[in-house]
Amino acid sequence: MSEVGVVQTIMDFFNAAVLAATPLLLATLGEILTEKSGNLNLGVEGMMYMGAMAGISASWLYEAAMGAAANGLVSVLLAVAGGILAGALGGLIYSVLTVTLRANQNVTGLTLTIFGAGIGNFFGELLGMRAGGYASITDVTKSMFNNIEMPLLSKIPVLGKMLFSHDFVVYMAVIVAVLMTWFLNKTRVGLNLRAVGESPATADAAGINVARYKYLATCVGGGLCGLGGMYISMVRFSGTWVHGCVDGRGWIAVALVIFAAWSPARAMIGALLFGGLSVLRYYMPIKDVATQFYDMVPYIATVVVLVITSIRQGKERAQPKACGINYFREER
Amino acid sequence: MTPLAASEVAVQLTNITKTFGKVCANQNVSLNVKKGEILALLGENGSGKTTLMNMLSGIYFPDSGQISVDGREVVIRSPKDAFDLGIGMIHQHFKLVDVMTATENIVLGLRGGMNINRAARAKEIKEISARYGFVLDPDKKVYNMSVSEKQTVEIIKVLYRGANTLILDEPTAVLTPQETDKLFEILRNMKNDGKAIIIITHKLNEVLQISDRVTILRKGACVGTVQTREASVKSLTEGMVGRSVNLEIAREKLNQTPDRLRISGLTCKNAEGVKALDGVSFTVRGGEILGVAGIAGSGQKELCEAIAGLYPIESGSILYIHGDKTEELVGLKPAQIVQKGVHTAFVPEDRLGMGLVASLDMVDNVMLKSYRNTKGFLVDRKAPKALADTLIERLEIVTPGTSTPVRRLSGGNVQKVLLGREISSDPAVLVAAYPVRGLDINSSYTVYDLLNEQKKKGVAVLFIGEDLDVLLELCDRLVVLCAGRVSGVVDAAVTGKEQVGLLMTHAGGQAEIDAGAKNANGKGVET
Amino acid sequence: MSATKVAARAHEPFVRIIKKDTISRGRAYMIRALALLASLVAGALLLLALGHNPLPVYRDMVIGAFGSAFVTKETVRIAIPLLIAGLGVALAFKMRFWNIGAEGQILMGAVCATYFALYQYQTLPQALLLIVMALAAMAGGAIWGLIPALFKARWNTNETLFTLMFNYIALECVRFLQYGPWIDPKQRGFPKIAMFEPAARLPKVFDVHIGWIVAVVLVALVYLYLTKSKQGYEITVVGESIPTARYAGMSVSRVFLRTMVISGALCGLTGYLVVAGANYTLSESTAGGVGFTAITVAWLSNLNPIVMVIVAVFIAMLQRGSNTIQTTFKIPLAAADVLTGLILFFMLGCEFFLNYALVIRDGKEKPNE
Repeated sequence: MSEVGVVQTIMDFFNAAVLAATPLLLATLGEILTEKSGNLNLGVEGMMYMGAMAGISASWLYEAAMGAAANGLVSVLLAVAGGILAGALGGLIYSVLTVTLRANQNVTGLTLTIFGAGIGNFFGELLGMRAGGYASITDVTKSMFNNIEMPLLSKIPVLGKMLFSHDFVVYMAVIVAVLMTWFLNKTRVGLNLRAVGESPATADAAGINVARYKYLATCVGGGLCGLGGMYISMVRFSGTWVHGCVDGRGWIAVALVIFAAWSPARAMIGALLFGGLSVLRYYMPIKDVATQFYDMVPYIATVVVLVITSIRQGKERAQPKACGINYFREER
Repeated sequence: MTPLAASEVAVQLTNITKTFGKVCANQNVSLNVKKGEILALLGENGSGKTTLMNMLSGIYFPDSGQISVDGREVVIRSPKDAFDLGIGMIHQHFKLVDVMTATENIVLGLRGGMNINRAARAKEIKEISARYGFVLDPDKKVYNMSVSEKQTVEIIKVLYRGANTLILDEPTAVLTPQETDKLFEILRNMKNDGKAIIIITHKLNEVLQISDRVTILRKGACVGTVQTREASVKSLTEGMVGRSVNLEIAREKLNQTPDRLRISGLTCKNAEGVKALDGVSFTVRGGEILGVAGIAGSGQKELCEAIAGLYPIESGSILYIHGDKTEELVGLKPAQIVQKGVHTAFVPEDRLGMGLVASLDMVDNVMLKSYRNTKGFLVDRKAPKALADTLIERLEIVTPGTSTPVRRLSGGNVQKVLLGREISSDPAVLVAAYPVRGLDINSSYTVYDLLNEQKKKGVAVLFIGEDLDVLLELCDRLVVLCAGRVSGVVDAAVTGKEQVGLLMTHAGGQAEIDAGAKNANGKGVET
Repeated sequence: MSATKVAARAHEPFVRIIKKDTISRGRAYMIRALALLASLVAGALLLLALGHNPLPVYRDMVIGAFGSAFVTKETVRIAIPLLIAGLGVALAFKMRFWNIGAEGQILMGAVCATYFALYQYQTLPQALLLIVMALAAMAGGAIWGLIPALFKARWNTNETLFTLMFNYIALECVRFLQYGPWIDPKQRGFPKIAMFEPAARLPKVFDVHIGWIVAVVLVALVYLYLTKSKQGYEITVVGESIPTARYAGMSVSRVFLRTMVISGALCGLTGYLVVAGANYTLSESTAGGVGFTAITVAWLSNLNPIVMVIVAVFIAMLQRGSNTIQTTFKIPLAAADVLTGLILFFMLGCEFFLNYALVIRDGKEKPNE
């Protein structure tokens, strides 16, 4: 392979990794926000399914209604809104059950996964039936997900193509990560949220409305997961509904939260790493190694991450203390 | 600092009632506190003091009754409402976020600019500290703080919110006598500044020392309010317990006290690698109660767990002596240690945490350590059932039956189940950690009697306690722990409280302690 | 009521929540039954919104599951793996070990059984072959369950994600075998593993493979194990509080490992029954979500093995019935998952009304006392 070819391969690999990383990043950020409020929502997979289905449905129904007059921007905005709202709905269900009705967080999360996957596949297939075979959106909408070249910056050789030439959701995900870092560390509301996750009784005694914070963080977090799901159906699978499309990415996001040690900034690195691992086989094929082993790598890497983080546990880079435990003020 | 404010009523509670399920925690309680006054709220454990104050601070909501602040009737639905009315409470179990700094904890939940601006906040906190005489590093993380530093954060947190009425729930429980004096000085400063202060306590001498008036609660009802200067220990006790009680704990000196457990050079490191126990050496004798004194977190928990085989031991030895045989306990499994007759009854802060399984019934709980003694694959519940029935009868445990989950039992009864189980196994060594925690006076005395009974049988009792008065009265000797080291072993009969207090804060300064001991009584220190 | 009492009431929050002391059994069952009903109503509303009359849909679901001897046997066949894997999951859940790796344990069990079915069927007599397959499957499932338990015991590694990742790894292993070494040459390149020889197939009793008898026996055994054995007692104590278990002299890690071996073995056995009793071959859809649905079965029955029988049959009915309504009403198969999720949501939510009471402003407790 020539030198130019190697550089090209690395660039292609990087860009493919970014494509695979974006839904992971969004979902990881959503789950970080959720866990910061003390809710261990294991329903990420389900919320991503709901977002994936709602995103593509919103666009498809809009296109079907408007016909040739369909506007790509409106269609995409509908997809984004649909994905976020569906994910937030999942977060809302979870909050009602765990915050208000105090159901076991683990089981509620698992149920949300079963339910969300069911809802996603149910309506996804229903959409396919209505479309007469399989549901797919048109180029009008798809073109909106084309790469946006940052002026000047994208002209930098090699780096420009790698860092400043992506679709808008990628930039959005990075902005959310940066904003969330600022929010959690510098703002009063972020401080209060962290207190809710660390010690709800303390937060409560300090006059913080624990339930409201938990609801909001979980719903916004769910919205981010839903947005990640939308990215899978609209970009990863180019606007076509594929049965079982989320395929465990939600669970990898839950693991990435641990990998990132609840830091949105580190989540970016983690997501890129895992995104890269999941597309490795296309760029670094090794003879005689079956594709199934490549597909195994992200899952094995997750296990390794889990083991390593559990071996060296610190005080600060740890899961919020009250995570997984429901709060009841008059408990005695 | 207006003297005329002194007569104004800051907070008035009228006919407050609160029930939990079928338990009535407060019944028609009325009290008031004036500006520039320290009111002591006195009552036994379980008399409803904390519940009452929690309604003032917005944690609970009263079933009926009314609250007025500055003469206006108000409704307090949440802690935030309480803050807005200038009421702040310092809880017994500190409500602080461990991974945050003092500053972050203090500004928690407050409105203000979007950004925290930590530097500006730290400056404000320093100003408050200077005004009342606190010492505090605003950037220190709570998990690095001592208990008294944490309490300081709690008090500043309340002051920072502009509280005019401060409620302190058992503030001295975790402090040394010296730290207590310092706290009282600060409280007097605040009182002179016109603040109204309510201090919840069950320690009579503190009531007499600090308060202006005393309101006494008994079984959830208000017994009355008296001027402190007209009160005495005796009158307050009678008000609190409802009759004249003999507060003396019988202490019988036994002649036969053979060494039973010889601990030497015991060193343990905690998860952070800090020495939780550092070269601890002492001997527990059969037929005596050896008390362990020390401020909270000085290594008591680790000591108990190390003896029970539950805590990793770095170095040192624990020798178990019976007859002429001597056995090393270090390295044995918990079950093997129990088999030897060394029994541990923990009563952790949340009571059910370690000794009992909350959701299981009494039968399943009394067989917790003995279930494997029977042969076969299946458990035998016949003997445990019989034991449970015996315990209910002998210790007067109040429970609907042996099949009721222990979670549904009251605190005192839970502790009786726990101690009863340990005692019923005929121990040679009994480690009782905080066995009277949270109990009312009568139940506490039942427990003291149980321990004395064991002592007379020749059992070596190690008693880890919180209340120095009780330790000094009940125990034959005291081991004082300070920061994981033994700072002294004293004869409880001839040692003063101040001296033990000094030992609790001076680790390793052996010369100084000897001098202190001589000043106090000239003997009784054996190291 | 005094005047002050009234005054306080007027400002009280509208609804407050208080903890209940106890609740009678009958009332508890009634609340659960109401929740089940509510979940079916919610499902009906969904069907209505899609333009179906919910009643005939529900009716067809039941008929599709129990309408004839043939479909009833089908339903039972679906219920068997749900029940046995549910038992396995329940053992782990009882100890608060969140084993959601049943799917992977089922697959690993199936892989081990399949090896003997494909390559050793000639060397062993049928009875012995079937027993060896069962043992191999249990060993496979047990090992797959043991690995996360080892890490949990040693480093407290998060078992939820660990077991979950092991599902995917197991699935890739099966795919690898299906597309590679174990591919059936007779299929001419189509990735499929050969059908088992008759010797490696389980016999039938009353026209359903013998697995149903195994399931019934296991229900009784697991019930006795949990309530009457020392090991079951240890599981309960560890699940309630690890410090207490240590204090009582139990070796917590041993309980973890032992229980996960049993849990994994039961799931592995499930895999064996699926390949040797129902499908007669191994494929990537062998587990087909059974491991996840088993969690639902275990939780809905409150980890009680006896109740699990009813729940497993009920969920099997939903799944079998969904097949029917897919053909008659063109309702996607995922309807079963949606309905299962809804039922679980309502069941989780109704627990609240068993433990707490609502007090509304006039001071009367809500009827669900």
